[in-house]
Amino acid sequence: MKNPYLPYPVRIDKIITETEDRNLKTFRFVFLNPEDEEKFSYIPGQFAELSIAGKGESPIGIASSPTEKGHVTFTVNKVGLVTTRLHNMKEGDVMGIRGPLGNWYPWKEMEGKNVVIIGGGFAFTTLRSSIIYMLHPENRSRFKDISVVYGARNPGMLLYKDELAEWEQRDDIHMHITVDGTDDPDWKYNIGFVPTITEQKITSADNAIAIVCGPPIMIKFTQPVLEKVGFPPERIILSLEMRMKCGIGMCGRCNIGDKYVCKDGPVFSLAQLKNMPPEY
Amino acid sequence: MLEYTEKIRETARKLLEEGKVDVFIGYKKGSVPMMNQPVLINNADQVDLLHWDSNCGLNLCNYLTGRTDRIGIVANGCNSRNIVTHITENQIKRDQLYIVGIPCKGIIDHRAVQMAVKQKEILEIKEQGDTFTVKGKDFEETFNIKDYLQRNCSVCTHRNPVISDEMVAPPVEEQIEVDAYKDVKEIEGMDPDKKWNFFTRMIDKCIRCYACRNACPLCYCPTCFVDESKPQWVGKSSDPIDTMTFHILRAYHCAGRCTDCGACERVCPVGIPIRQFTKKLNKDAQELFSWEAGLTLDQRPLLDVFRPDDYNDFIR
Amino acid sequence: MTKKIYTKEEWTEALKGLANTYKIFVPVMEGDFHTFKALDEKKIPDLDFKNTQLSPKSLVYPQSERMFEYTLDENAPDANIIKESEKDYSPQAIVGIRPCDAHAFQIVKPNFDNPEYQDPWWIKRYESTTFVGLGCNDPGPTCFCTSVGGGPFSEKGLDVLLYDLGDTFLVKALTDKGETFLKKTQGGKEADEKALKAGEELAAGAADKIEVKVQTDRLKDKVQTELFDAPFWDDVAFACINCGICTYLCPTCWCFDIQDEVLGKQGDRIRNWDSCMFPLFTLHGSGHNPRSKKVQRVRQRFMHKFKYYVDKYNNGVQCSGCGRCVRNCPVNIDIREICELMNGFLHENQ
Repeated sequence: MKNPYLPYPVRIDKIITETEDRNLKTFRFVFLNPEDEEKFSYIPGQFAELSIAGKGESPIGIASSPTEKGHVTFTVNKVGLVTTRLHNMKEGDVMGIRGPLGNWYPWKEMEGKNVVIIGGGFAFTTLRSSIIYMLHPENRSRFKDISVVYGARNPGMLLYKDELAEWEQRDDIHMHITVDGTDDPDWKYNIGFVPTITEQKITSADNAIAIVCGPPIMIKFTQPVLEKVGFPPERIILSLEMRMKCGIGMCGRCNIGDKYVCKDGPVFSLAQLKNMPPEY
Repeated sequence: MLEYTEKIRETARKLLEEGKVDVFIGYKKGSVPMMNQPVLINNADQVDLLHWDSNCGLNLCNYLTGRTDRIGIVANGCNSRNIVTHITENQIKRDQLYIVGIPCKGIIDHRAVQMAVKQKEILEIKEQGDTFTVKGKDFEETFNIKDYLQRNCSVCTHRNPVISDEMVAPPVEEQIEVDAYKDVKEIEGMDPDKKWNFFTRMIDKCIRCYACRNACPLCYCPTCFVDESKPQWVGKSSDPIDTMTFHILRAYHCAGRCTDCGACERVCPVGIPIRQFTKKLNKDAQELFSWEAGLTLDQRPLLDVFRPDDYNDFIR
Repeated sequence: MTKKIYTKEEWTEALKGLANTYKIFVPVMEGDFHTFKALDEKKIPDLDFKNTQLSPKSLVYPQSERMFEYTLDENAPDANIIKESEKDYSPQAIVGIRPCDAHAFQIVKPNFDNPEYQDPWWIKRYESTTFVGLGCNDPGPTCFCTSVGGGPFSEKGLDVLLYDLGDTFLVKALTDKGETFLKKTQGGKEADEKALKAGEELAAGAADKIEVKVQTDRLKDKVQTELFDAPFWDDVAFACINCGICTYLCPTCWCFDIQDEVLGKQGDRIRNWDSCMFPLFTLHGSGHNPRSKKVQRVRQRFMHKFKYYVDKYNNGVQCSGCGRCVRNCPVNIDIREICELMNGFLHENQ
């Protein structure tokens, strides 16, 4: 019987400090046993439990796309026991990852449609995974127009700055990068909150699905904007955050209604959320 | 004490109708024998729910923490002392409360009664004056309430409320010839190894349900020390050392504040005599500092204050 | 399937004879109440009991269980690598378990054993356990197993069922595992028609003795979000002190916590029982707590037991009617009353 609580051992291959305040770091992991990489095959939208012996585990969204072979990447915010320890580790250190867990963005429903991605702050990680996946030559033709609205508090807090600049240059994806405010005279992108920029740039819900990932306050104000444009609740997709421990729908901690956020989620459509008690 | 019920209902009705309080906290009759349920009513129509008898052993003071409305509450001797402690510790304001004082003759120990009928199932219990009758499927027995009081009630010297706005009956006689610390003295006389074994055996059934902590009105910390994680002081497993740490430290956090209301012992599902921890500290407070918690609003709590004539041999 | 008759003394002797094949757990009186303990010369099994204080769920699902171990010594070749701990899954038998507690294991099973994930420890220990049940001749005033899909002589979850006929036990094997157990048990005689009939009458009469009926038939029809917003939750939740008694004594509650504990350079990953009643249960690392208020947690427990479980697993309610929470809740919150409130809740258009 496969033990679903046993993590795959990994080694930290690279650490990149993403933000100015150093609270967000991207970790690239390499599996110690090469055959584990096959077993860990994942789909954008899923998460994994980062397992540190002696500290515990932390559920983090997978930031790399399955099209990127040889490693798995996570961007982690320093919040508590496990993530603080992780931030203090060095390249070459050994730890574990358990997964892939949870469900994924509705790629089947998204085929042949326009995709609108709206992300805020450091919830952008699984959206990076999704964008790289969609832009991959093998996949690009499955989707129509791709528009991305991504905002952070200020330029220093944006994640994946190099990749954002790269995507901005491409013509098969519309990037609308924004910051809440900045006094940088060289800032060439938008200035404004994510819901405001969404209202300006996303003008049609025709044959489109919107994926929204961000802090609760951003979701709260973006939702009415999307509804006004004409997105029905079935075509607004959200990814929830919840306190988790087992990650496999057994310990009961992430239970909302008759769903487990770790197993039946974390990706839910707004239509599904409307039928669940608002305890998240 | 059944006769107090009418007076409590009358008082509550008046208070709610006249708008003197927003809510009234008391007990309603339980759905199983020897248990009553704390209830909050906010309407004079609900006063017939209120009930008082010798099974009202919880501490209603627990439900005061953090409230900002005006509350009518019933309180017997020990509960009223906890209200005083709550006020002194800024958990509730005196002018929010209308205290209906209950001169208490003691609460029945449901475990002792269960043992007395040899664990047969009790279907009904009726109180009349100083006796109570226990009925089961094929038995019926009457006992004196005095012989089946909770352990803390049998040595209680503060049965009358120390603070109240109105009393439901004239004060009862206080017990004076009681040796409240007989069992503590026995344990004090043991040598360290025997003492350690005594306490280890006492808590080996503990399932860390925290009912004792949650039933205690003194335990109102937003995050209890056992729940802290940065850093983590106490492990969460059923390890006996972690369990002992929890009980001993909790007792120390209640030092000088505990009124011996017995709620902790009453609620424990595995029958641990939790008061053996707190009583020792109560005894020390009394002997070393002449202190009993919650007697008047004019005193600061014991560990808040240093008087020049305090016992200070420990300062070297 | 084998059906035998034993005198009560013969049965106790027979159990002792099984000591080399199974670890036998029997109810013994310790202090004020009964607990399941390993069969032992010094302790007398008491099959005349009502029920144990704590449910036997700890025999399949211990309160604290080491999952993994690891070394943090950087010089070791396997430093920081998490490894499985050795376990002992030798066969065990719980003798005298009541049908409500055995039914409870079946209620809990879909959580730990489902097509997507299997919990190795729960499953292996469950499979190595033989459940030898004792039917209830005399259900208590807080029992309501018949209202939740069980019964005093229900066979759900049991491998063998004992009928207490006074001086003798009628012992019936119900499953292959039970058959194996009985084949290894010495003594006893083939049960005769009289005994079988006496057993049937006992079973029929026992169910009638349960007076309190709790309605659960309309729970499935309720709309989750409307039941969630029902007005009675504030009243129900007032008395609750958010301890863990109901969840820890309950045979159908299963929530747990995973913690790492380290001493020096050695560490363990441990699973402990946890309770949705505790405020920290849903506390996020960011400080946000979706169930920070008491009423939210109380509502969660009952909604989970009588609505979410019903919707999710199509396996009835998550309650076996054992009555432990009713007897032991320190503030007398009565699950039977709450189930009635939920079942009887009328939506706006009703």
